[in-house]
Amino acid sequence: MTYQEKKSIVSLISSILIFAAYSLYRYPQRPEGALDSKEMFHYWGSFVLVLTLVSIAAHIVISIIFNIVFRMTTGEKEPTFADELDKRIDLLAFRNSFAVFVIGFLLAMGSLVIDQPSKVMFIVLIVSGFLSDVTGSLSRLYHYRRGV
Amino acid sequence: MGKVLVGNHIRKLRFNHNEMTQQQLADKVGVTRQTIVALEKGNYSPSLELAFRIAHAFSLTLEEVFFYGENSKER
Repeated sequence: MTYQEKKSIVSLISSILIFAAYSLYRYPQRPEGALDSKEMFHYWGSFVLVLTLVSIAAHIVISIIFNIVFRMTTGEKEPTFADELDKRIDLLAFRNSFAVFVIGFLLAMGSLVIDQPSKVMFIVLIVSGFLSDVTGSLSRLYHYRRGV
Repeated sequence: MGKVLVGNHIRKLRFNHNEMTQQQLADKVGVTRQTIVALEKGNYSPSLELAFRIAHAFSLTLEEVFFYGENSKER
């Protein structure tokens, strides 16, 4: 298995773990009471912002650790540039990831149309963001293994 | 996914050139080893520029390295 395939798997697993751990920690802290209160908007806003920051920081740390472990275990140096295959796979992964997020966004807006509480809209948006991230990693892994 | 119709003799040529490794060829043509692996497996059709660079690395013409046809696996 090559560096890029291993990296896609690590990225996939870390995305799932980060999202699961953060959600399990933050979701029980949601405010009770009025469904559309100012407090609730504050909670969901901070949920998304902190999740984004935590996710970026965790991915950077995991990527550094992965590179160190990769060098130690294989004796190879990780590629320092993206060639034409990497760029093409990145584009395909981004396209799939974007499509998933757009579907999630439309579902979130649809939830408001059918008079669901705004909490549902935020949950659908957050889950679609997570699923789009997973889709991106899966697409990368698929194309590195099966070709483009 | 459409079948890759551009095949190549890269694996055979590497062995004929002092058993050149995939990494050595990758360094020579400016791509990652993953790309050479994908090319040899027939999972990727290179850009024209990369195809020329690979042919030049073996001091051969494009037609001597790559072929086009229904069966893209190495003949």
